[in-house]
Amino acid sequence: MTHALHARPDKRDTLLYLDGVTVSFDGFKALNNLSLYVAAGSLRAIIGPNGAGKTTMMDVVTGKARPQAGTVVFNGGIDLTRLDEAQIANLGIGRKFQKPTIFEQHTVAANLELALAGHRGVWNALVFRPNGEQRARIDETLATISLQAHRDRLAGSLAHGQKQWLEIGMLLMQDPQLLLIDEPAAGMTDAETAATAELIRRINRTHTVVVVEHDMTFIQALDCHVTVLHEGSVLAEGSLPTVQANPQVIEVYLGR
Amino acid sequence: MRLPAAAATIGLLLVAAIAVPVLNLAVPASSAVHVPTWAVSLVGKYLCYAMLALSIDLIWGYCGILSLGHGAFFALGGYAMGMHLMRQIGSRGVYGHPDLPDFMVFLNWKELPWYWHGFDNFAFALAMVAFVPGLLAFVFGWFAFRSRVTGVYLSIISQALTFALMLAFFRNDMGFGGNNGLTDFKDILGYGLQDDVTRAALFALTALTLAAVYGVCRWIVGSRLGQVLVAIRDAESRVRFLGYRVEFFKLFVFVVSAVIAGIAGALYVPQVGIINPSEFAPAASIEAVIWVAVGGRGTLHGAILGAILVNYAKTFLTGSLPEIWLFALGALFVAVTLFMPRGIVGSLSGRADRRPSPAVTAEAPEAAARAPAARPDPAAP
Repeated sequence: MTHALHARPDKRDTLLYLDGVTVSFDGFKALNNLSLYVAAGSLRAIIGPNGAGKTTMMDVVTGKARPQAGTVVFNGGIDLTRLDEAQIANLGIGRKFQKPTIFEQHTVAANLELALAGHRGVWNALVFRPNGEQRARIDETLATISLQAHRDRLAGSLAHGQKQWLEIGMLLMQDPQLLLIDEPAAGMTDAETAATAELIRRINRTHTVVVVEHDMTFIQALDCHVTVLHEGSVLAEGSLPTVQANPQVIEVYLGR
Repeated sequence: MRLPAAAATIGLLLVAAIAVPVLNLAVPASSAVHVPTWAVSLVGKYLCYAMLALSIDLIWGYCGILSLGHGAFFALGGYAMGMHLMRQIGSRGVYGHPDLPDFMVFLNWKELPWYWHGFDNFAFALAMVAFVPGLLAFVFGWFAFRSRVTGVYLSIISQALTFALMLAFFRNDMGFGGNNGLTDFKDILGYGLQDDVTRAALFALTALTLAAVYGVCRWIVGSRLGQVLVAIRDAESRVRFLGYRVEFFKLFVFVVSAVIAGIAGALYVPQVGIINPSEFAPAASIEAVIWVAVGGRGTLHGAILGAILVNYAKTFLTGSLPEIWLFALGALFVAVTLFMPRGIVGSLSGRADRRPSPAVTAEAPEAAARAPAARPDPAAP
C-alpha cells in the first residue's frame, strides 16, 4: 500500500493519476511538478500549510483550473484536463468545497434529490419525479449523515456541522467513484469532528476518498496514508507518524 | 402557501377576463358598475406589463439573472404584431398606396423590404412574435452563459443590447418607421380596433393569456427544473460540480422568458395602438425591474401585483402631478430596497414563513451535538 515518494505506478492501476502537474497564476506556481497517485478504494489525507496547493490540486482534478503542464488521468485512461466541471462530475468525481456549499433555500431532502445520480438534462428536469427506489436512497443517505429528523427543514437553517454533512451526503447521492473532500471538519466541535472522521471511514468502504484537512486529530482518526504538500509539490508521504517524524515536514510546519 | 396563491391568481384573472368585458358591453353606461372602454384598454395594458414583469421574475427571482434589457424582447414581439397590423391597413393609408405602408411611401420606397414579407399572414406574424425574441435570447444567452457572464456584467450587456436596438430602430432606413414607429392601425382579423367589442375581446384574451403564462411559469418553478434554477441562483458552482450544465438551464429559462415578453408586447400593441423605439429605451426595462422588486421577486404573482400597482400609480400621478412621477418612482425603488427587500408579497408571506423558525434554530446546536451518538446506520450506501 505504501509506495516510495516518486515511484510512479501504472496509470491503469490508479484511480486518480496526477503526474508532473504545474499550475501557475501570474508567475506564481500554485502547483509545481506535482505527482500524486491514488489507488482505487484507498483513503488519502492531504495536509500542508496554507498555500501549499491543496485546493488548487482539487481544482485541477475537477476541471475548475487547467494545468499548464502535466498529466491528470482518471480511472485508467480519461484525460481530465480536456473536460469541464459537469462532465467530470458525471464521470464519478464528487467534490465538497472548503466552505459548506449547499442550496440554502431548498429543504434538506431537496438538496439530496438534486444531487441524485441520473439524468442532468433540461427536459428531464422539467418532468422528473423521484421514484420509490430513489426516495429510498434519499432516506438511506439521510440516515448516513444523521439528518433524518431534519429532512423537511430549509438547509440554510442547519447548524454549520450539519451543513458539512449535508454536502457530503450530496456527494454520496451522486454515487461517485472518487470523493474529494476539502476541510470537512472546519468549524466543527470535537464530537462532530470525531463523527465526521467515522463517517468518512465508513464512506471509504465503498468509495475512494481524498481528504484535505488541517486538523491533526481528525487525520489521526482517519488512520490512513498521508501526503504532505508544500509549495505546490509533494514533500513527504506515508503514515501520519512517519510524516510527523520527517525533519523536512517539521521544518515546514514549525520552522517559520 | 404557494398553491392557494397560484389558484387565487389564476381565478382572479379568469374572473377579470369575463367580468370586465361584461361590465363594459352589457351594462348600460349610466350604471355605477359600468366599465368604460378607455378603462378596459388601460387595464389591458397593465396586464401586458404584468406579463413582462412575470417574464423578468422567472429569470431574476428564480435564477438570479437580472436582465436590464427585457424591454427589447417585449418591443420585438410588439413590432412583429405591429407589422401585421400595418399590412392589414392595405390601401387605406393616407397615401392610399395599394401595398406599401405610409412611412415607406413617404421615404420613396418602391417595394416592400424582404423582411416584411409574410407579415400579412396572421399565423406567420404570431409565430414571429415568439420566434424573433426567442432567437435573439438564444443567441445572446448562448454567448453570455457559455462564457459565464453573470451578475452585474450580464445586466450591463443586456442593457447595451436594448440600447443598440433602440438606436437601430430609430433609423428610418431600418424599415420599421423610424422614431414614429408603427401606428394608425385599422383592424385586426377584420375587426375594427376602435370597436368596443374588439377592445373587450383583446382584454379578455390578454387576461386569459396572462393566466396561462402564469400557469406555465408556476409549472416550471414547481418542477425539478425550477429547483435547479433556484440552486443556480444560490450556489452556481455547486450545481456545476453536481454535474448539471448550468449554461443550458439558464439558456432554457432565458429563452422562455423572452418569448413570454414577446407575447406580452404583441398583446400590448393592438390595445395601445402604437409601437415605437421608445419601448427599447433602457429606462423602460429598468422600470419593469422595479415593478418586480416592488411586488416581490421570486413569487410570480408578486410580479403581476407590482406591475399593476406601480402602473396604476403612474397613471394617477402622471395625470395629476406629471412632474412628480420620476421622483416618486425613484423614491419607491429606494424605499422598497431599504425597507422591503422582498417586496410586497415576499414581506406578507415572510411573516407566515418565519413563525416556526425560532424554535427550529434553538433546537439546532443541541441536535448537532446529539447527532454523532444517534447514527444507527453502520453501512454507507
